[in-house]
Amino acid sequence: MDIIVCVKRVPETAEADIVIDSTGKGIDKAGLVFDINEWDNYAVEEAVLLKEKYGGSVTVISMGPEESNETLRRALAMGGDEAIRLTDSAFAGSDGHAIATVLSQAIKPLPYDLILTGVQAEDDGYGQVGPTLAKMLGINHATVVNGIERIEGNTARVHRELEGGLEEILDLELPAVLTIQSGINEPRYVSIMGIRKVAKKEIKVLGLTDLGIKPDEAGENGSKTVIERVFLPPVGEGAEMLEGTVENIAERVVSILKEKGGVA
Amino acid sequence: MALNFDLDEELESIRKMVRAFSEKEIAPVAEELDEKEEFSVQLTHRMGELGLLGPFVSEQYGGSDIGYMGYIIATEEIARIDGSQAATLAAGNSLGIYPIYTFGSEEQKRQWLPDLCAGQKLASFGLTEPDAGSDAGDSKTTALLDGDEWVINGSKIFITNSSSDISAVCIVQAVTGKRPDGRKELSCILVPNGTPGFSAKTMHKKMVWRASNTGELYFADCRVPKENLLGRQGEGFHQMLQTLDGGRLSIAAMGLGGAQGAYELAMKYAHEREQFGRAIGSFQVNAFKLADMYTEIEMARLLLYKACWLADNKKPYTKESAMAKLVCSETYHRVVNHAVQLHGGYGLMKEYAVERHYRNQKLLDIGEGTSEVQRIVIARHIGVPGDPRG
Repeated sequence: MDIIVCVKRVPETAEADIVIDSTGKGIDKAGLVFDINEWDNYAVEEAVLLKEKYGGSVTVISMGPEESNETLRRALAMGGDEAIRLTDSAFAGSDGHAIATVLSQAIKPLPYDLILTGVQAEDDGYGQVGPTLAKMLGINHATVVNGIERIEGNTARVHRELEGGLEEILDLELPAVLTIQSGINEPRYVSIMGIRKVAKKEIKVLGLTDLGIKPDEAGENGSKTVIERVFLPPVGEGAEMLEGTVENIAERVVSILKEKGGVA
Repeated sequence: MALNFDLDEELESIRKMVRAFSEKEIAPVAEELDEKEEFSVQLTHRMGELGLLGPFVSEQYGGSDIGYMGYIIATEEIARIDGSQAATLAAGNSLGIYPIYTFGSEEQKRQWLPDLCAGQKLASFGLTEPDAGSDAGDSKTTALLDGDEWVINGSKIFITNSSSDISAVCIVQAVTGKRPDGRKELSCILVPNGTPGFSAKTMHKKMVWRASNTGELYFADCRVPKENLLGRQGEGFHQMLQTLDGGRLSIAAMGLGGAQGAYELAMKYAHEREQFGRAIGSFQVNAFKLADMYTEIEMARLLLYKACWLADNKKPYTKESAMAKLVCSETYHRVVNHAVQLHGGYGLMKEYAVERHYRNQKLLDIGEGTSEVQRIVIARHIGVPGDPRG
């Protein structure tokens, strides 16, 4: 079982104060702490678990600047075997489509049975890379996977999380791309011994020409979307402060929930 | 241009790992363990599994060999969440593992270090006595050689990690004779827990570090083999001084990490809490407090990291470790005082983590050399006239 995991280094924004940068098309990342995209962390853990169960190898790939080495090494320390970083100034500004183009070119020459990505990235949250990558490679895919029940021969039985608490079970022919949902496993911490073991491990770096990509296929030129403006949602709208006795407030809460469909 | 403030990738990875561990595994149980005065064997095992024990020990003895900088960052991150677990770690490393690794024979190292580094066992440093605190050279505990055995009599107090379920051995400083100048000759002797004549009683009703293990030790004609001597006879006092140099770095890290944790709680609360229709952090009186806290923490961090850099580069660091310990614990003192003040009445309640920080801080002014003793060490190193003891 040869598994490829695509990971992304993202800024942690859950508890940070977000400031729009001077271009108006992104956020000011200075002072933010970067780490592996949370969903990708689950994908790495799932890949390592599968390797432990079925044997084989785990190759971790990240498209990003040199700082992404930290993210790749983290994945190596968790149990990955090889790491590849895709870096080129021509990749800057890539959207999901362009990222999938670059990843697919890197993946094509490699042996693989499974490709895992996170469901989406914490920063731009498009959730496009997995399915687009599958399309480009001409293989099956399943999104929002919250369980890999078994892999027998050429078939994987996976569980998908649907809206409203529904779950779908499906059999996929391999090779396939699975986008991994958070909570599918309990990602291990990387021990200091693990960190040290991979500290000196070589990370293969590939650029535009190594991958045989034309300049207009990656970066902003290769993207299908254009960001016009990024802004913070206006604060204070849509909130209704409930006042009165506890009984009155409780009644009002129940009726709002019924009205809005929160209570069946 | 040799000056460089960047932490390398490995150290950043260590910080992230320990932060995640502290937030996910320690934070959810910290309040309850503190309330129940319960030592957690499980968390100690976990710290061992993650390589946090034995950070300066080479891999052949089971250490992770990341040096002081990595050790101090790990301690800082745990103290950011909980002083008790940081205490178990700091004492386990600096006072338990360090003396055995630094002064022990090959056989002693092979016997003890692998289990200690794995977090399966703990070693303690039996120095303080009921009547010998800052004057640590005035031990009353004696060890007399009788044939092939040391016979130990006396008692120790406030000994971290000495009486838990996994406490395996105590490094006991004892008087083994008289020096030519008439002063006491001190030596360190390894006394395994469970040796007849050695009893370890857990001390309760602590104000601080309630989930760490603190023991009171009694030795009554306790006999151990002659070979249990650590290093050579008469070296105990110097071994103790050298051990405390490193120990101060870890106590400093607890001050720094604690201050960071208290500051973050204060900052969060300053955003959330509204009075007079505004977030309280928007009032200048509070904003300036937060600015001062942040600034002081950064100053303390720079001094501590410099001391670690000296230690990792095998340069003298006694003065710097004393300064770092003093500054970090006093910074924590001021920061947590502001942090509780910002929380108002809620800061006095146990369900707010800042309350635990407030209590835990006080130990750092006292343990492993009081702030006064640190000033004596610093004053001696900068060459003040006379003896700074007064």
